[in-house]
Amino acid sequence: MAKIQLNGKKIKIYRDLSIKNLLKKYKLNEKKIAIELNGTILPKEHYGTKKLKNKDKIEIVQFIGGG
Amino acid sequence: MSSDNLKIYKHVLKSRLIVGTGKYKNFKETAAAVKASGASMVTVAIRRVNILDKKKPVLMDYLDPKKIIYLPNTAGCFNSKDALRTLRLAREMGGWKLVKLEVLGDKKTLYPNMVETLKSTEALVKEGFKVMVYCSDDPIMAKKLEDLGASAIMPLASPIGSGRGIKNKLNLSIIINNSKVPVIVDAGIGTASDATIAMELGCSGVLVNTAIAKAKNPIMMASSMKDAVIAGRKSFLAGRINIQKFASASSPEDGLI
Repeated sequence: MAKIQLNGKKIKIYRDLSIKNLLKKYKLNEKKIAIELNGTILPKEHYGTKKLKNKDKIEIVQFIGGG
Repeated sequence: MSSDNLKIYKHVLKSRLIVGTGKYKNFKETAAAVKASGASMVTVAIRRVNILDKKKPVLMDYLDPKKIIYLPNTAGCFNSKDALRTLRLAREMGGWKLVKLEVLGDKKTLYPNMVETLKSTEALVKEGFKVMVYCSDDPIMAKKLEDLGASAIMPLASPIGSGRGIKNKLNLSIIINNSKVPVIVDAGIGTASDATIAMELGCSGVLVNTAIAKAKNPIMMASSMKDAVIAGRKSFLAGRINIQKFASASSPEDGLI
């Protein structure tokens, strides 16, 4: 297991879980979100290959209503 | 009027009304109001996904970004660093290049922090963004933004969400006169006549959110804003009469019995 921080919340995941599988776990469509991993934007083409490690900090954002 | 479209970056907007998508009861109401407004462009905000609620509705399921232009904004950002971070994420989400920059100065007035706004505009333009900029109604600041490469100048009419209408027509007129890029009144519109006045002054467009979303009947108000913007634009193009000191009879005096 690995401990990561997802959108400010501490969660436990299987070690080496890919971003793609993390999105699947939370039922998120990669076309509708953007990701920042440890403070750097992660391009969508890396979602399949990038594996999460212990203490990673990940932010997943989407568009919401706003002025 | 068919050729009188508003052009911003590569987009040709059929409507000069841009609407915000915040403060509605739900996304269904948002979508209905946007439709009634006839807007071709909507502003959207960028926030964390709620990971605890997997079934939470998503804005994109109600407003298709392929059918309506999304204008990602930086609402809620109080410095250049956060604004740049937000817009880079928006760009990553799906290639959004045209963005609305809004760097706020304080929570009470939501007045723009122009120092940070100028700094952010410069950085974003350098990165290839096309930036529409929320700003104070100061003609010098507006000119500086244009010189830095802003794609549109968006001065406030009065504080965001205040519904106070246009508080400084003179400044807006000077900004419009000085600008080669579109000037779009952003913030403060309270009712349809405010939008008409902005358009009569010669604004290229109007951005409305709270006045529609918080009206008793948001859908009807959206439709009213649509008509108001069209009326104001036509009135501007038609050219109003000069103001006279005294009366001028509408019926001829010849043939009076």
